[in-house]
Amino acid sequence: MSTDNWDAAEDTSPIAHPAIARTSPQSVAMMRRRRLLRGIGRQALLQALCIFVAITVLFPIVYVFGVALDPRNIARPDGLNLIPPNPSLDAFSRAIAKPSPNNISFLNLALNSLQLAAATSLVSVAFGVSAAYAFSRLKFKLRSFLMIAVLAVLMLPAVATIAPLFVLLNGIRFGDFVLRNSIPGVALALISGALPFAIWNLKGYLDTIPKDLEEAAAIDGCTRNQAFIYVILPLAMPALAVTAFLGFVAGWTDFYFSWMFLDHPQNFTLTMALYQMVGQYASTTPWNVLSAFAILVSLPVSVVYLIFQRWIIGGLAIGGVKG
Amino acid sequence: MSAQAKATYAPKRRLFGADARVAFLYLIPAFAVMAIITFYPLVYQVWMSFTNFGPANLNVRRPAPLDWVWFGNYVKILTNDISGIPNYDFIRIVSFNLFWAFSNVIIHLILGVAIALLLNQKGLLGRSFYRAVFVLPVVIPPIIVATVWHNMFDQSNGAVNFLIAIIGRQPPGSVNIAWLTDPGNPIPFFPLLPLSYFALLAANVWLGWPLNAVVATGALQSIPKDLYEAVEMDGGGAWTKFRYVTLPFLRPAMLPYAIYGFVITFNLFYLSFIMTNGGPFGRTELLVTQAYRLVNQQQLYGVAAAFSVIMFFILLTLTIITNRLTKATASYVD
Repeated sequence: MSTDNWDAAEDTSPIAHPAIARTSPQSVAMMRRRRLLRGIGRQALLQALCIFVAITVLFPIVYVFGVALDPRNIARPDGLNLIPPNPSLDAFSRAIAKPSPNNISFLNLALNSLQLAAATSLVSVAFGVSAAYAFSRLKFKLRSFLMIAVLAVLMLPAVATIAPLFVLLNGIRFGDFVLRNSIPGVALALISGALPFAIWNLKGYLDTIPKDLEEAAAIDGCTRNQAFIYVILPLAMPALAVTAFLGFVAGWTDFYFSWMFLDHPQNFTLTMALYQMVGQYASTTPWNVLSAFAILVSLPVSVVYLIFQRWIIGGLAIGGVKG
Repeated sequence: MSAQAKATYAPKRRLFGADARVAFLYLIPAFAVMAIITFYPLVYQVWMSFTNFGPANLNVRRPAPLDWVWFGNYVKILTNDISGIPNYDFIRIVSFNLFWAFSNVIIHLILGVAIALLLNQKGLLGRSFYRAVFVLPVVIPPIIVATVWHNMFDQSNGAVNFLIAIIGRQPPGSVNIAWLTDPGNPIPFFPLLPLSYFALLAANVWLGWPLNAVVATGALQSIPKDLYEAVEMDGGGAWTKFRYVTLPFLRPAMLPYAIYGFVITFNLFYLSFIMTNGGPFGRTELLVTQAYRLVNQQQLYGVAAAFSVIMFFILLTLTIITNRLTKATASYVD
């Protein structure tokens, strides 16, 4: 970007500018034309760069839709067919009709994923918010010790706790029921990481709510609990929603705990079926069905994320994230 | 962080009487749950790491006797003596993992800042359209991204080879680069990186820069405009503006985010696990994927526990180093 006198004069009125006011009308017209041309050139360069970046961003997305909508029903793409003629939703209906060679329907896969997502989301937020409030507002012994304990857990990736969780949950049995080999067992494993994250994320937000509001509530005769329920919770609603959504995504897209823990196909989740399509059943899965299935798995969380991205990313910037 | 927490917390006077008892009530639900499913498993993990816990010990009714092997698992991991895992090399995994995280974060940062600057240019047409498009990679779950890029880098039917063929004006199918499985070294003097590293890098750059651009855009918008005018008045050019105004404002916002991105990339499971499956010959294996394989494929629970403990100390060291770096380089705003 050049910053000579012409650009510097851009924001001021040309008549009022002494350098221009002193020049002849002819050269003013020439300068205006030159400035206009330079502006167009600069805009063209910016647009070219932006369009190039947009193409690189959109390429994989357009590609996966292109493969999924290809009407020819071929096992593998035979060329780069980004916008197929006569697109058809056939691959989507095939992905829903038979998502896996195992005996489980798309609806059951989705319901299992939904249970994991809902449990992770609700438990981590419900239990996390009161602890976050204590860390944000109350003074007590062991406060910094407990906070460091929560942070230390966040530092460790979820995969790193899979061995003890597997062994411990495997030991909890009621008759034939093995907690490890069930949706609630996987949900517990997910909550073990999602709950410390929720505490940390919510504490970061509660720290930004001014204390004056509670002081005013105290003067009006509120107890601590009333101030928490009627003052803090409503104000923390955006952060609660964001944390709940992130917990939901963690459950919905979980792969490694489900894949490790669940043996019975009727307990399988969407991500497990997706992995089978690129793993053990890769040779028999047509790519249009795989692409359609990937879109179906991604769509619910991606659409919500896209609509509320401003709040979600803002919430992330305040807290932090466990990967 | 602790300074900030102290500042927001330290009350001038007690509002609602004794905090300690209330605090206990507020903490008990979360900490009761975490004690059982978070902290106890971590302690149990350390105990397991000193045993030879294997599939035979999983039988609840008639558990096999457990052998206490002291530091045997740790020695096995560090001396590459794990039976059943081909091509296992601890030092190579750690080196690759570090290089993977560093190279990604540096590229993410540069691209993120550059594109944020591009979007921040005065008079750019279609700015909100580009912003909406550029954030798309952020909203797609990483497991989906890994699946799609796995297919895009396929040797005979992948979009990348088709695209190269189109650019080179060749018929489709004529380009047959084995992106994910080629065992050669694209950089002859740097055998740490197989071709699949570059495929993973492409996917993760696609995935990673947009969030950096969002953070950088926020920081750019907080820069007071009169600082740029002051530079202009002093006759400074574009570079002077960037060097002495933009950069000092970007750094405090980007540095914590870069550290966060480093940890996320260091532990990024899905790309390595799904795109390359650690290949070729385990050369794109990360610590997290190796830890997962130890449990999921080898069922070496004791070794896996020891591996996770080692991972914890590596991450702890990295966190301490990066925290020092942040403090050492923080100067402008703090």
